[in-house]
Amino acid sequence: MSGTKTKATGAPETGSGETTERRLNMIEAINDALDIMLQRDDDVIVMGEDVGYFGGVFRCTAGLQQKHGRTRVFDTPISECGIIGVAVGMGAYGLRPVPEIQFADYIYPGLDQLISEAARLRYRSATEYIAPMTVRSPFGGGIFGGQTHSQSPEAIFTHVAGLKTVIPATPYDAKGLLISSIEDNDPVIFFEPKRIYNGPFSGYYDKPVKAWKTHPDSVVPEGYYKIPLGKARHVTEGDQLTVLTYGTMVHVAEAVCADKGVDAEILDLRTLVPLDIEAIEKSVEKTGRCMIVHEATRTSGFGAELSALVTERCFYHLEAPVERVTGFDTPYPHSLEWAYFPGPVRIGDAIDNLLKD
Amino acid sequence: MINQIYSNKGDKLKGRQLPIMYSSREHSFFTISGNLATQTPQAVGWAMASAIKGDSRIAATWVGEGSTAEGDFHSACTFASVYNAPVILNVINNQWAISSFSGFAGAERTTFANRAVGYGLAGLRIDGNDALAVYAATQWAAERARSNKGPTLIEHFTYRAEGHSTSDDPTAYRSAQEREEWPLGDPVNRLKKHLIALGEWSEEQHAKMDEECAQQVKAATKEAEKNGILGHGLHHPFRTMFQDVYEDLPWHLEEQAKQAKREREIKWPGEEPWS
Ligand SMILES: Cc1ncc(C[n+]2csc(CCOP(=O)(O)OP(=O)(O)O)c2C)c(N)n1
Repeated sequence: MSGTKTKATGAPETGSGETTERRLNMIEAINDALDIMLQRDDDVIVMGEDVGYFGGVFRCTAGLQQKHGRTRVFDTPISECGIIGVAVGMGAYGLRPVPEIQFADYIYPGLDQLISEAARLRYRSATEYIAPMTVRSPFGGGIFGGQTHSQSPEAIFTHVAGLKTVIPATPYDAKGLLISSIEDNDPVIFFEPKRIYNGPFSGYYDKPVKAWKTHPDSVVPEGYYKIPLGKARHVTEGDQLTVLTYGTMVHVAEAVCADKGVDAEILDLRTLVPLDIEAIEKSVEKTGRCMIVHEATRTSGFGAELSALVTERCFYHLEAPVERVTGFDTPYPHSLEWAYFPGPVRIGDAIDNLLKD
Repeated sequence: MINQIYSNKGDKLKGRQLPIMYSSREHSFFTISGNLATQTPQAVGWAMASAIKGDSRIAATWVGEGSTAEGDFHSACTFASVYNAPVILNVINNQWAISSFSGFAGAERTTFANRAVGYGLAGLRIDGNDALAVYAATQWAAERARSNKGPTLIEHFTYRAEGHSTSDDPTAYRSAQEREEWPLGDPVNRLKKHLIALGEWSEEQHAKMDEECAQQVKAATKEAEKNGILGHGLHHPFRTMFQDVYEDLPWHLEEQAKQAKREREIKWPGEEPWS
């Protein structure tokens, strides 16, 4: 089997001799996007627990209050319901709030405001009111965070009509997608895979961690640029099988496919809703085999939606049943984190299954 | 307790919780959640249950001042008031919630004890670094609860001298000498001085006790380390991951457990895979 793949990254080509390229990790790229949007648009407001003076527990908002002032970037009480609720009110007034929820695991007290309110303002007021907010929140495991700092609750949000869900997997994308999300007039859930804030994670937890600076997509241009919502990214082009994934698992899937020498076409979905169905159909029609990888629990996970779509739309092209690789249907365990995590062995197993005949 | 901190194979909670998130039904100590303030209405509910059953037991719960901003805390106050629940709602006002000073929970306008007034609860505000005051206030509130006179909210005014956690650096958001300037002093030292003044205690006894405590912790730590430390192999058997999600194992978890077992066998062929 040939292990050759065409790299098709989102980052602009940079000549080998170039010295001006700026490399950022994901935290810095997010900070950059927020900074630019605060600069460009007076209506943008950044708020959340510990985000103001301190700059966020993951430092994503570091320096922004000092630069843009306390009416634009501020700390909030510890009330996720309050944070989302006031963001709905601010959005109704005409601001563009970008609230941070410190961990996705803590978003639940804000669910009523998100699901019953933010998601439906436009519809129920027949466009009189909208909720143009972007809720940023770190999600996912792999940091020994136990059950309350590890969850991947994206499917709760993709299930809600009226919400968009965006998940970047590289610094370059994080910046461009965040800017698009902030400018979007619908409420966007922007989940940041915290395991890859500081470097892409291959899933081999027993190998040394890599920093972003060696990854091509850590090249983040200065200034404003956007990556449209609803467009997937081809991580690799390939003929043997299609991998549909997002967030941390993009890097894990990439490493496993490379290790196994599989000619995989890996799609980083980037936006779950709205989904790039065209890219998915095109790829599955070409390869005839499809593996879906996410870290979230399996039952009613976003993989179930993807699997249904692929089966409905590409059935006659499929040469094997769709494979879903996911976290197990348990709370995120603390000490058994790596047995839970859908790592190289689980993915490898699924690939073998998919290619066996 | 140290086994729990290490999430090792001796941990009674099967390595499932972050350090110090204990649970001990034996001691009537409810399982700790990482989600702030959720315990407050739960304590009220437990107290209501005790009342419903004609039991004499009462509930007590503790919440940080920062977390009183959560809706759960306000639901707890309302339910406690409406049902006259035999509960003590303790607010530990240590003035800092990670990097946010207590003003972000409303402390610049009023005290946390004052919140009680709006809900029609009894409210006390005490020097949380005075062990005797804490004891007396708690005893008073417990007696009220036991004799069906209703819930009490106690604000314990104190100070968080250290960082929020070991990964927190408080000098990034407050002055380094703030800790020195805190006027109400270390509660252990204060109690020590008080007892010495009463002639009930001495520096020597105190030093001896300190030493004994330190030795006890060290010995327990050493003992616990034999059961492993987080991330270094000695943990609860892999199969325990699937236990207790439900009372019985449904088919899909059974299948997933089989998959997990397979993965162990692939990763460590020949080794006892499922232990
Ligand atoms: C619902 C929820 N939101 C946010 C967090 C993150 N968090 C953990 S501790 C903390 C600060 C708590 O401050 P406080 O209530 O004053 O208690 P202290 O830690 O000072 O005892 C925050 C924001 C959380 N654990 N749960």
